[in-house]
Formats: sequence, C-alpha cells, structure tokens
Amino acid sequence: MLLNYIKIAWKVLLRHPFYTFITLFGISLTLTVLMVLTSFLDHLLGGHYPENKRDRSLYVMLMVQRDSSLTGRNSGPMSFKFLTNYAKTLESPERVTIFSAFNSSNAYVGSQKIKLNTKFTDADFWQVMDFEFLEGKPYTEQHIRNGSYVVVITDGFKKQYFENTNEPVVGKDVEIEGIHYKVIGVVKGSPVTRPITYADVFFPYTAPKSNYQRSGLRGGFMSVILAKDKSDLVAVRNEFQGRIDRIPLPGVEDGFKYAQLEAKAEPYAENFIGQILDGGPGLKTIFFGIIAFVLFMLLGLPAINLVNVNVSRIMERASEIGIRKAFGAPVKTLVWQFIVENIFITFLGGAIALILTLIVIHLINSSGWIAYADLTINVNVFLISLLVCLVFGLLSGVLPALRMSKLNIAEALKS
Amino acid sequence: MITLQNIEKVYRTSTIETLALNNINLDIKKGEFVSIMGPSGCGKSTLLNVMGLLDEPSKGTVQLDGQPVTQYRDKELARLRNQKIGFIFQSFHLINDLTVLDNVEIPLLYRSQNGKPRQEYAKEALTKVGLSNRVKHFPKQLSGGQKQRVAIARAIVGNPDIILADEPTGNLDSAMGNEIMNILQQLNDDGATIVMVTHDEQMAKRTHRLIRLFDGTQVL
Ligand SMILES: Nc1ncnc2c1ncn2[C@@H]1O[C@H](COP(=O)(O)OP(=O)(O)OP(=O)(O)O)[C@@H](O)[C@H]1O
Ligand SMILES: [Mg+2]
Repeated sequence: MLLNYIKIAWKVLLRHPFYTFITLFGISLTLTVLMVLTSFLDHLLGGHYPENKRDRSLYVMLMVQRDSSLTGRNSGPMSFKFLTNYAKTLESPERVTIFSAFNSSNAYVGSQKIKLNTKFTDADFWQVMDFEFLEGKPYTEQHIRNGSYVVVITDGFKKQYFENTNEPVVGKDVEIEGIHYKVIGVVKGSPVTRPITYADVFFPYTAPKSNYQRSGLRGGFMSVILAKDKSDLVAVRNEFQGRIDRIPLPGVEDGFKYAQLEAKAEPYAENFIGQILDGGPGLKTIFFGIIAFVLFMLLGLPAINLVNVNVSRIMERASEIGIRKAFGAPVKTLVWQFIVENIFITFLGGAIALILTLIVIHLINSSGWIAYADLTINVNVFLISLLVCLVFGLLSGVLPALRMSKLNIAEALKS
Repeated sequence: MITLQNIEKVYRTSTIETLALNNINLDIKKGEFVSIMGPSGCGKSTLLNVMGLLDEPSKGTVQLDGQPVTQYRDKELARLRNQKIGFIFQSFHLINDLTVLDNVEIPLLYRSQNGKPRQEYAKEALTKVGLSNRVKHFPKQLSGGQKQRVAIARAIVGNPDIILADEPTGNLDSAMGNEIMNILQQLNDDGATIVMVTHDEQMAKRTHRLIRLFDGTQVL
C-alpha cells in the first residue's frame, strides 16, 4: 500500500511540475540554509583542529574591572603573571596554557612587506592544542628558560616567506621586526575563526616584545585550562572561581580604581555567546530580534509556502477526491495518501539540500574566504533539519485533510 | 435492496432554500432495473446521490439490505460504497492522469484484495465492455462512448449489487447510447440491480419500472 501511495505521489508531482518545483525549491532552500548555518556554527563553536579538545577545555579570555559606582569599566586580556598565579597553578586540571592574543607584525621578503599575526605562548600550548607538525617540533620549556630566538610557523607563512619552496625550512632563519629567529617547526595553520590558535608565527613567551613581565592584573595574555575529563569541568571552574574570589578588593590598576573584578573560566561556546551578549540589553534585544527574524525568514516563509502549496494542490484535486470517495476510499486512506505525498516531497527536498549543502560547504572551504576553513556536515544537524521539514510536511497534510473530510462527494463531483 | 423513507433534501444557501427532494418513499428490489425521469432540476441526481450514499438527506432514512445507514460513519459508508454500489456518471468522471486500467482498478484499491491481482479483475471488466484493447490509453485518447464504457467497467469491477447510473447516455449519440444500454441490460440479466436516470423515453421503456419526479416529488 505504501508503495502505491508513493507511486501516486510521484505521479502527482510530475503532474504539477511548476508547483513541485516551487515546493522543492522552498524545502531544499530552507534545509540548505539551515545546514550551512549550523555547519558554520559547528565550525565556530565545535571542537575542531587544532582545538580538538574544546569539550574539556575552559577559556579564560577576559577580565572585567568595574568601579564602585559601576559606571566605569575596564576590560581585556590579563597579565602573564596573573594567569600564572591564578590559572597555571590550579590543581584540578590536566594542563594549563598561557598565550597572548594575536598581534600584528611585519616581515620582509626582499623589499616586499608581509603582514603577519604573531602569538606568544608557553610550551604547554603545544600539548593543550593539537597542532599538526608538518616539520620539526614545538619549542620546549628549555627554549623558554633560555629565551631562545626560535619560532614555530604555519605552512601558509612558510609559503609566503620562503617563496613556495618545498624544501624543509627547519633551522632556517626568519627576520621579523628586525630580529632574527630560527624556525624550529612548521604547523598546519588554524582558521581565523579560531582566534585562540590563529597566528602565522608562534614565539616562546620569553621572546622580545611579549611583555610577559608586566605587573598588575591586566595585560596581553589569555589562558586555556584543559580538564582531565569533561565531568571535571565544573570542579575546575569552581577552583578557578574560588581563587578569583580571594583577590583583595578594591584595587588600583593603571590609575583605575576598581571595586569589582570578574574573570571567568568558561567553555568556548559560552564565552563566545557571552561576548556577543555583553553589549548590554539593547544589543541583546537586537541580537535576538535578528535571530528570530532570520529564523522566521528561513523557516516560517517556506513553511507557509509549503502549507499553502500543498493545500491548493490538494484542493485542485477535489474532483479526483470525490471520485475516489465515491468508489469507497475512506477519508483516513486519503489523508495517509497526502501525508505520504508530503513526506515524499520533503525527502526529495532533503536530498537536494544535502547535495546543495555539500556544494556550498565545499565552495566555502576551497574559496579561501576563510583560510583553513574546514566546514563539515553534521549528521545531527541534517537529521534535525529533516525532522523540522517533516513536521511542516505533516502539518501541511493535516489542513487539507480536514478540508477533505468535510468535502461533500456530490459537491466535489459537480465541478 | 434499497429502501427510502420520507426522504427530504433541502439545499440552503444564504439567500434561498431549495427543496430538492420532498417526502420520497421508494423500495428498489433486488434484480430490478429502474429508471428515473423528470424535467431538469427536479431532483433526479439528488435522489440518486442519496441512494448511493454520496449525499445525506436532510430528513428520512436510507436502508441498504434492511440496514439503516443514517448512523454510519465515514469508514462504514466508504465500505458500503466500495462493496455494494457502483456509480456511473453522466460526465464519466475518469481521472485524467491515470490510464484506463488504473482508472478501472480504483474501487479495488480500497479493498483488502486477495486472490487474483487487481489488474486481472480490471482487464476482465474492460473485456465485458469491449475495451480490452485500450488498457494503456489515457481518458483523453478515448471517445465519449469509450469513456463511458471505461466508467461502466469501473462501476462493475468490484461486483457490486447495485449499479447507479446518472444519465449514462446523456452525453452520447443514440447509437453509442444504445450500445451502453445493451451493456447495462446484460449486467441486469446477470443479476445486478440497476437504477438509471434518463431523459430518453426509449431507454426508460427498456427498464422494468419507471419513477417520475416533478419538483422533488414522486409523481409516478
Ligand atoms: N449544491 C446545491 N446547492 C443549492 N441547490 C442545489 C444544489 N444542488 C442541486 N441544487 C438544486 O436542487 C435541485 C435538484 O437538482 P438535481 O441536480 O438533483 O436536478 P436533476 O433532476 O438532476 O437535473 P438535471 O436533469 O438537469 O441533471 C435543483 O433545483 C438544483 O438547483
Ligand atoms: Mg442531474
């Protein structure tokens, strides 16, 4: 019977190529946008190269200091010293890394200037992050203690600086801002959408210009705390918070008197969303307003279109329905026929969307729009989007079904 | 076979009320061939639709094989239409997107079909109406008389006890009409109960009994 329904559904779709096209277009567009968006969110927030361990990492990226009237506020990364005292020495985590936010710098190849992003890190950085070393090795505690002039560079920078050489460059010299460093390792780069690990050149934090000796709480550094296990995250957070709570208040930083101090160790996604929402209630409203609007445009309109198209498509078949009823089709059977039809077209749309999404993702990945982009289709995302479409498909089957059960056969056959 | 008691049918629109059937009492016996005549708009189709469970009367009871169907719900009505009744319409009412064979199979789709496959039954029915060579055609590729024969095949494919025909020859020329009439007569000889609406006195004369309607009232 099901096969029969599908056969009928297929015939009906072929019978109305234009409507079928519109419907399929709506469904597949919705699903494609949905899948690309979630794939992008997953790219931004999920655990991917080289931050593969995000699910058991806590990010300490920002300190906020407020004055007693809560009108003045001072926020940004922290000092190396502060992070050493308050994060590095935590007892519950497996490992803690401290590194700088990325800074811009210049290097010269001949007379040509290369703009590059640099980052100062400790040795643990290479343990917490899962960089793939194409050549050489990361710098070690030893290098850091000795203040060695060594760097880890990305394959992208290697290409630029060494003019597309295929030869290994470990041991070679790079000159950045007038200082010579020895290349000790080459890694596959991280996309700019992962600012924690994005850089062209990595220095040991004891290299010049890192400012790691700065006193005070604020500075240019951030930290990632790697818990032993996902289930430990809460405990690690609490330990860190306990230490923050013991910081004597009020205090003075660069002449700014603060009465309150906030530094959070948060999972990456929480931190990311927190930063968007940090802009106060106005921005929050706009943010959620935009999300609601976009969701409505992406899901609501195609859904309404879907319902509308299905209803008119089925009502157009009033006389056929009349005939079928006259020869003994129970309403229930006809309703099933429509539901199967809607589900069938939804699956077709889903299949098209899957292909479209793969194409779009491939285009994004290969366009260089985001260097090192590695978007993938998330199976869960796909299933959820399909489910959403199925629900709409069912909904749009119910409405005509209601109309149909009221349809008087004699009336339907008159037209 | 079919018993109508005190049947009344009122059509209500926002402005007017039409009494399409007025106190109709009828008893159609098994094996009968009955014709219904009357001027246009007197309620013939309405009467046939009520008999065939395609429309509900405003008042009165319809009995099929002694069972009142008034309380029946969609599922039971569908089953009765499917198993006991075969309809033939003046304007054929074939589904244009389906082949002749698929059209004839329709009543069988809504049965739990055992034994011979549906196609066999459909081909058999088409042979009875002399159209076994047109199974793969679409309705648009057929003449009016051929369409009506497909419609008859569809009406008889499920072996119903009753065939209800609403002006089956109304859209056909007299030669074609005669041919259709011959088929119906053959079906009646084979045991089918037939009620037929017609405008044609000659056709009516070939049936056992004539019912005349005037303004929704039975006058004969
Ligand atoms: N849906 C409807 N709404 C309002 N009035 C209707 C409706 N259907 C039928 N009527 C009215 O009921 C009356 C009987 O209609 P019916 O179709 O039974 O006539 P008929 O005898 O079959 O006519 P004809 O020979 O032209 O087919 C007519 O006056 C018609 O206008
Ligand atoms: Mg009529």
